[in-house]
Amino acid sequence: MPFIDPEVAAQIERLELPFNQYGLDPYGVDKDYLRGFFSFLSFFYRKWLTVDAYGIENVPNQGRTMVVGNHSGGIALDGGMIIASLMLDKDPPRLAQGMAEIFLNSTPFVSTVLSRVGQFTGLPEHAVRLLEDDRLLMVFPEGARGTEKLYPQRNSLVRFGTGFIRLALQTGTPIVPTAFIGGGEAIPTIANLYRIGKLVGAPYVPVTPWLAPLPRPTNCQIYYGEPMVFEGDGSEEDDVITSYVEQVKSRIGQLIEFGVENRQRRDFSRPIPDGADAVSGIPNEAGDR
Amino acid sequence: MKVLVTGVSGRIGRIVARRLLFEGHELIGIDRRPWPDAPKGLQMHNVDIRKRPAENVFRTDRPDAVIHMATVTHFTSRREERNRINLGGTRRIFEFSAKYGVKHVVFVGRHTYYGAAADSPLFHSEQEPPMAVSTFPELADLVAADLFAGSALWRFPKMTTCVLRSVYTLGPSRHGTLASFLRGPAVPAVLGFDPLFHFIHEEDAAKAICTALSQSLNGVFNVAGPQPVPLSKVIEVTGRRRVPIPEALMQRALGRFGLPKLPTGAITHMKYPVVIDGLLFRQATGFEHDYDEVQTMEAFRWA
Repeated sequence: MPFIDPEVAAQIERLELPFNQYGLDPYGVDKDYLRGFFSFLSFFYRKWLTVDAYGIENVPNQGRTMVVGNHSGGIALDGGMIIASLMLDKDPPRLAQGMAEIFLNSTPFVSTVLSRVGQFTGLPEHAVRLLEDDRLLMVFPEGARGTEKLYPQRNSLVRFGTGFIRLALQTGTPIVPTAFIGGGEAIPTIANLYRIGKLVGAPYVPVTPWLAPLPRPTNCQIYYGEPMVFEGDGSEEDDVITSYVEQVKSRIGQLIEFGVENRQRRDFSRPIPDGADAVSGIPNEAGDR
Repeated sequence: MKVLVTGVSGRIGRIVARRLLFEGHELIGIDRRPWPDAPKGLQMHNVDIRKRPAENVFRTDRPDAVIHMATVTHFTSRREERNRINLGGTRRIFEFSAKYGVKHVVFVGRHTYYGAAADSPLFHSEQEPPMAVSTFPELADLVAADLFAGSALWRFPKMTTCVLRSVYTLGPSRHGTLASFLRGPAVPAVLGFDPLFHFIHEEDAAKAICTALSQSLNGVFNVAGPQPVPLSKVIEVTGRRRVPIPEALMQRALGRFGLPKLPTGAITHMKYPVVIDGLLFRQATGFEHDYDEVQTMEAFRWA
């Protein structure tokens, strides 16, 4: 790896994962790759985008955890920055493991890097196994529908999948509702090219005013809410599951609303509101198409 | 116990045989291949498992248990031959076993049953279907043999049947699928991919087979060794040179420039991992491996 951030290297040494003498865990997560990957993310997190994380103490220090967030910005920039914040700003650091699109695993080099830094293909088998292994799973229930959002919809929420709630119930995992603000400003999508995407094997290719979906320097915020725990075993009727999904969704909506207000006021000192009366006014219409 | 081992002249077969003799079992071996310095106490029959002389061994010697490991891969046999040995042979062994009162049969299968693909999970469990049929057609006969062996669980309820799906074996014998792949100084890799490889020391593989026999296991079990290791690391630790080749050129490069000859389907195994979960077997038997992943690779390298 060309450049290793010493701060990153120190955080990676603190990870409580079962590494063997080569620095490999049973899933093939590799310390060398982690150092390179997080040094790269750290540049975007600290220097290029300048991301601030609030409420990171709400993320449990150990044990199975599901960080559930919103998507904003045409590529999964939010995912990268949430992973970075949990490694760089959390004490002790944790490795957040996302659920990657299948096409990424069939792309040369991307496949290798993602496999070595614990970002596996988004399969229920992977999610269950990682949670039962007391890892930290990062989930975006909006899926690709969420990264498709155009600039005007950047702070809205689209339809949530329901699988994550069943997984959380089945494995007894607390859910940390998370909001990412600023992704839409960093990568303002003006259009999505679906045909070009098909050609390169991706779901779509987002276009920005400067064409490429590369982020411009923007201040972003991440808000971690208090963990939400639901009772059940994952075999509940759909309407029960849907009501839990709606609770998580409105809590994330509330955090987004709070974050957008802070951005407008340029005041980030207010405490994160608790989830007791999580009824958000975040527009929802972009979702159900 | 009187134990019959098919494929006894193979590298794992020999280790299994020595272990069983050491444990005090009466041992009968069947193999087309000779075993010149076979240990005393082994009653060796150089016959083909699909032919009548093999049935004679069952009829006259009446073994209590059978370990069936006479299966072959694309490294040693052509397609029609593989089909006859792997599927036809497995069929005969189970029929003879049921007919001549064998109480327990252990079928030694392979973890490649599960296949490799971009969307297949790490750590396959026993209930997953055999994806190898579509991703690696050359494995179809082994997959069929595995499923056929599993069907003995309901077809022959009077005997116990244990189907083991073992990861690649590696060790000082330098024989086996993974060892063949790593044989030369240059090992091909698909450019931009570095899958995990799951392997077990050959002594541990033999130990697992003997454990399944001694505990009369009934069912289908994955036999996993220590944690899997990326192919690049396997190549590095075994002292080989990694030759990354773009996928588009791979088929033309294989078999040339000192690289091993591999069927097309093998390329998926060079892109995506086949990693299995051995928890069920460990829980059922208390099995633990003696050699970790580093010792196993070193044993192969310095043999």
